[in-house]
Amino acid sequence: MHLKYESQLREPLVYGHKTFAQVTEDIVRPIEAKPSKLWYVGFYIAVCLLMFGVYSVYRDVTYGIGQWNLNKTIGWGWDITNFVWWVGIGHAGTLISAILLLFRQGWRTGVNRAAEAMTIFAVMCAGQFPIFHMGRVWMAFFCLPYPNSRGPLWVNFNSPLLWDVFAISTYFTVSLLFWYSGLLPDFATVRDRAFTKLRKRLYGIASFGWTGSTKHWQRHESLSLVLAGLSTPLVLSVHTIVSFDFATSVVPGWHTTIFPPYFVAGAVFSGFAMVQSLMIIIRKVFGMEDYITMGHIEAMNKVIVLTGSIVGIAYLTELFMGWYSQNKYEGYTFWYSRAYLFSPYGWSYWGMMACNVISPQIFWFKKMRRNLVVTFFMSVIVNIGMWFERFVIIVTSLYRDYLPSSWSVYYSPTTWEIGFYMGTFGLFFTCFFLFAKYFPVIAIAEIKYVLKTTGESYKEKMHHLEHVPAEVFAHSGHGHTTVENGGHN
Amino acid sequence: MAKKKFVVASFDDEDVLFPAVKKARTAGYKIQDVYTPFAVHGLDHALGMRETSLHTAGFIYGITGTTTALSCITWIFTKDWPLDIGGKPHFALPAWIPIIFELTVLFAAVGMVLTFCYLCQLAPFVKKHHFHPRATDDLFVMVIECNDKTNVDDLVGFMKGTGAVEVDVQVAEEGWWLGRYDKDEVLFEHKTVAA
Repeated sequence: MHLKYESQLREPLVYGHKTFAQVTEDIVRPIEAKPSKLWYVGFYIAVCLLMFGVYSVYRDVTYGIGQWNLNKTIGWGWDITNFVWWVGIGHAGTLISAILLLFRQGWRTGVNRAAEAMTIFAVMCAGQFPIFHMGRVWMAFFCLPYPNSRGPLWVNFNSPLLWDVFAISTYFTVSLLFWYSGLLPDFATVRDRAFTKLRKRLYGIASFGWTGSTKHWQRHESLSLVLAGLSTPLVLSVHTIVSFDFATSVVPGWHTTIFPPYFVAGAVFSGFAMVQSLMIIIRKVFGMEDYITMGHIEAMNKVIVLTGSIVGIAYLTELFMGWYSQNKYEGYTFWYSRAYLFSPYGWSYWGMMACNVISPQIFWFKKMRRNLVVTFFMSVIVNIGMWFERFVIIVTSLYRDYLPSSWSVYYSPTTWEIGFYMGTFGLFFTCFFLFAKYFPVIAIAEIKYVLKTTGESYKEKMHHLEHVPAEVFAHSGHGHTTVENGGHN
Repeated sequence: MAKKKFVVASFDDEDVLFPAVKKARTAGYKIQDVYTPFAVHGLDHALGMRETSLHTAGFIYGITGTTTALSCITWIFTKDWPLDIGGKPHFALPAWIPIIFELTVLFAAVGMVLTFCYLCQLAPFVKKHHFHPRATDDLFVMVIECNDKTNVDDLVGFMKGTGAVEVDVQVAEEGWWLGRYDKDEVLFEHKTVAA
């Protein structure tokens, strides 16, 4: 038995007196069983949404982005709003898998796999918007620097939009590698339990021939740790760079130095809300209550109330600076276009305030943090609020700036703009349903690793051991402390 | 690759495994490998393995990314395509930091994962010999290589004495080859686990 001491006050991360074999059984069962009716219904709806999105994008590509209601000053509307929203959602996955790994937060093991999958699918959805916003999408490769025959002609390395190309593509690649390298051992587990030839073959290919050799594990641990160390500044840089798209401009409402931390906090906020929504569904549908415990839900709600409050402070700081700078354009944007309820877009600002700042305060109460219905409801509210935030930032800043003569008409989206957004929901959930069916949704090997220190039965055993005199614990050397006979006399 | 004889001892608890590893090494047996369902910390030291240098490789890849980004952008913006943007300097380092950073991370991550796969010889369609199908489930499988001088019966008895739950002798080819897992493996039979 490990003698790493875990406080008895901490609740177990894995309930139900599990053995290693049971952990495998519990997590692999949904992959091996036939999907439920609910799965088929959900998958069908997701594919329908995706098809609607494909048709909307088809119209956009065929007829041009005149299919959208973008106008003279509002060159970015729902498309970039949705882009920033999806990228933000992706951030929670990396935060859970990388930053919490570096901070040694044991509870991340229950949720990291699904959260990382969410990151990858969210970034895939996000990428669609800038790509199709280009209009002539078959020229999308023009945004990569490559030697070409048009004379010396390169992309502009001083432009935040190009930084974004690098940031998003790096983020996607690194997240995918991190996720897949963690999946290798779990695919091997599924492969070695396969009961049909096809399963054995496919999971055999997916597992890359993983054996579980000690040397491989040693390298795997080193790889995970360094990838976590790389992903941590990466995830902060990605949303910082997304915020540079706005902050480096001279548009009132965008030109603020507070944007990077404010965007990162907002991203983590919305991402955790999305993880909550998905986790609550997964634990219910697959019966994973022993692994995704109330402790997990509560920990994530604490992150939500923290980041929501950071975002709230950022909103107030902006309002303060709108007055304190005594810049009439800034003052107009913040105090009239946004904060004045009866201005054309005032409703979106107050919607954002209600969803992001006021309602998450409910999580100061422990009872609320541990209430599934409240948590699920709040997770949806927070994501609506964060969508409003991006909409407020983009549209209210663009529709009225310096010259009243160039103020634009009221912008509202067309069916095809909404269809594109719905389509990314379809893409996201289609991927997520397939992931939930064919991939281990919880990191099996990592759960087994924490089982002996934080599993329920081991916690109880440890509780009895607290009354055993210290001399019983013999040090066996090699950096590993063991008690033979389990310490029982 | 030539076939060799191995004694395969399976343990169901890593706390029995550690003393067994120690005893086997003290007795002078050559442990080919220990296959575990998860990363057992300290087992690499117990087996006398040296630390991996994968992180050093990652550092080198990262530096390569930094240099690549910096040198390429510098050449493009000062030599090949010097744009006059409001009279600002062509060598605009602060504006390049984001891309330099991203490429550092990208090179380090991709390089490390490829190196990891190369060192461990992991790739799609690669097939390896698995000594025990439950090594990825709940057993810790210690594999001891036999040579001409090894008394196999003694070794089997020795391993049973260390607390192994299963000991058997296998003749196998180590290493890897291109192949499919469904060709010759015995399929898994569902066992029910008491809840």
